[in-house]
Amino acid sequence: MAEVTITPPAPENAEQADHSALHRTLFIGMAALLVVLPFIPVIGYPFFLMKVLCFALFACAFNLMLGYGGLLSFGHAAYFGFAAYVAAYTAKHWGLTPEVSILLGTGSGAVLGLAFGALAIRRQGIYFAMITLALAQMVYFFSLQAPRFTGGEDGIQAVPRNALFGVLPLGNDTTTYYLVAVIFFVGVLLIYRIIHSPFGQVLKAIRDNEARAVSLGYRVNQYKLAVFVLSASLAGLAGATKAIAVQLASLTDVHWSMSGEVVLMTLVGGMGTVFGPIVGAAVIISMQNFLAGLGAWVTVVQGVIFVICVLVFREGIVGVIGKWLKKPL
Amino acid sequence: MFELLGIPPQALFGQLLLGLINGSFYAILSLGLAVIFGLLNIINFTHGAQYMMGAFIAWMLLNWLGIGYWPSLLLAPVVAGVSGVIIERLFMQRLYHLDHLYGLLLTFGLALIIQGLFRNYFGSSGLPYQIPAELRGGQNLGFMFLPNYRAWVVVASLAVCLATWFVIEKTRLGAYLRAATENPTLTQAFGINVPLLITLTYGFGVGLAAFAGVLAAPIYSVNPNMGADLIIVVFAVVVIGGMGSILGAIVTGFGLGIIEGLTKVFYPEASATVIFIIMAIVLLVKPAGLFGRTA
Repeated sequence: MAEVTITPPAPENAEQADHSALHRTLFIGMAALLVVLPFIPVIGYPFFLMKVLCFALFACAFNLMLGYGGLLSFGHAAYFGFAAYVAAYTAKHWGLTPEVSILLGTGSGAVLGLAFGALAIRRQGIYFAMITLALAQMVYFFSLQAPRFTGGEDGIQAVPRNALFGVLPLGNDTTTYYLVAVIFFVGVLLIYRIIHSPFGQVLKAIRDNEARAVSLGYRVNQYKLAVFVLSASLAGLAGATKAIAVQLASLTDVHWSMSGEVVLMTLVGGMGTVFGPIVGAAVIISMQNFLAGLGAWVTVVQGVIFVICVLVFREGIVGVIGKWLKKPL
Repeated sequence: MFELLGIPPQALFGQLLLGLINGSFYAILSLGLAVIFGLLNIINFTHGAQYMMGAFIAWMLLNWLGIGYWPSLLLAPVVAGVSGVIIERLFMQRLYHLDHLYGLLLTFGLALIIQGLFRNYFGSSGLPYQIPAELRGGQNLGFMFLPNYRAWVVVASLAVCLATWFVIEKTRLGAYLRAATENPTLTQAFGINVPLLITLTYGFGVGLAAFAGVLAAPIYSVNPNMGADLIIVVFAVVVIGGMGSILGAIVTGFGLGIIEGLTKVFYPEASATVIFIIMAIVLLVKPAGLFGRTA
């Protein structure tokens, strides 16, 4: 498990302060960018931006587990997609307000993460990846066979955007975009906090040397399960938000190829970096949009990117930039 | 006619046979995965795509070159195996010094490429492949009708699995292989060409997958997606059996196929998920897998 990620050098205190200053600047810059994005021509297309933000949050949640916990889950689509179904179903059939639907979706991701995580952490490495993939496939088959809940092949379409808190109407895409942007920003800040908390430090210790963390008296399995549940909940938050924003929850969201896509986004952006998955998600979603007319070639291109990243570009875009700047991003 | 628990025997034995056939594919594929994992420490995500390639190579040999089923049974695994050797030499070799997870990601990417290319060229709908003339028809066993081809699939898979077991456990080549699995450095010091052994092992594992693909071609339609979902079930089979033992992989494969078949009779709704549920139970009771060594 040791070499899953590039380990950032242990910073001294002065340097650490320097990094947090840089990170603070980056977060402020990101917030400003989120505010102005819809007004930028060409890319300022709210529907596209919402999709990017939801997948960026999804990739950040995934990266919390892979980049900082050293756990490769190949079944993250399960939490994302199931939460999307829950949010879409409760919004459409129970008429719940978006914030409640999204919270319920997030909760369902957490519950699913707790159940699957408790099973998967019983094995390590390659087996862990296979178990998470198999359990996620179970969720896929369930979704396929429960059309009353999931709409089967059609999915849940035309999910209504009810009034936020029952008072604030989410009429057009731009209003919804700002809701998504707020959720995304808070989610990423939360992940940043988790990574830089004492809990996050123990996680990194487990990632780098599990045996040593055990010998230091840490209950490794509890930490792994905790990060699994956190990651699954945040993936659920991303999925539920996506269902409301894009107004669709479908089998694509729970399919194994979605689990592969989030791995790809993280890999391209740079695993074990705070901002990498965001960049990776933007790159992959833009590419899918750009190549949408080419059918199965999208799969081929994604496969090629996978192979290239694994063979020669393991640090990812943000990882390489961080190396140039000699600062962990 | 007698009835068992309200189930007509034709249905029961019919599903049992289907289960045995699925079990044959699980057994061959999980065997290939276990052999590859033993020496390369890589979980071959491309395995499903290579199984699909086997079926397509058989189809191409028949429709483009007029080569029939029987030569294909040998030729398709060889062609696929050679492609595997190329993949190992070109890509995988560069990853052995890294974490195993990179191997998984690489083979996942390769699987996407192969499946995407086949889907572009052949489309997503299945292509038919005729059952060879010698194996058409079937036997009436009194309690059920046994199609000849299906019986052949079970027998052929069992034979290939046992032959693989024999080669690995009882021959000199197998001894080299087991030695290299145990300790590659020491084995190399004894003058055995371990990198060559690794390449050939990967080629052989791919060949096994392609063989299963040829067997499957007349039963299921030849389809670019045929391997993608199957491989995930096979992963679950591997988790249940553990990859420590060759015979374990064979027994688990056939056993789970039969259980899946029985589930189709008694509780059809769960037939797609039963293997994953068994996996969850095994993880709770015996995390190392039924035949696995505790790591």
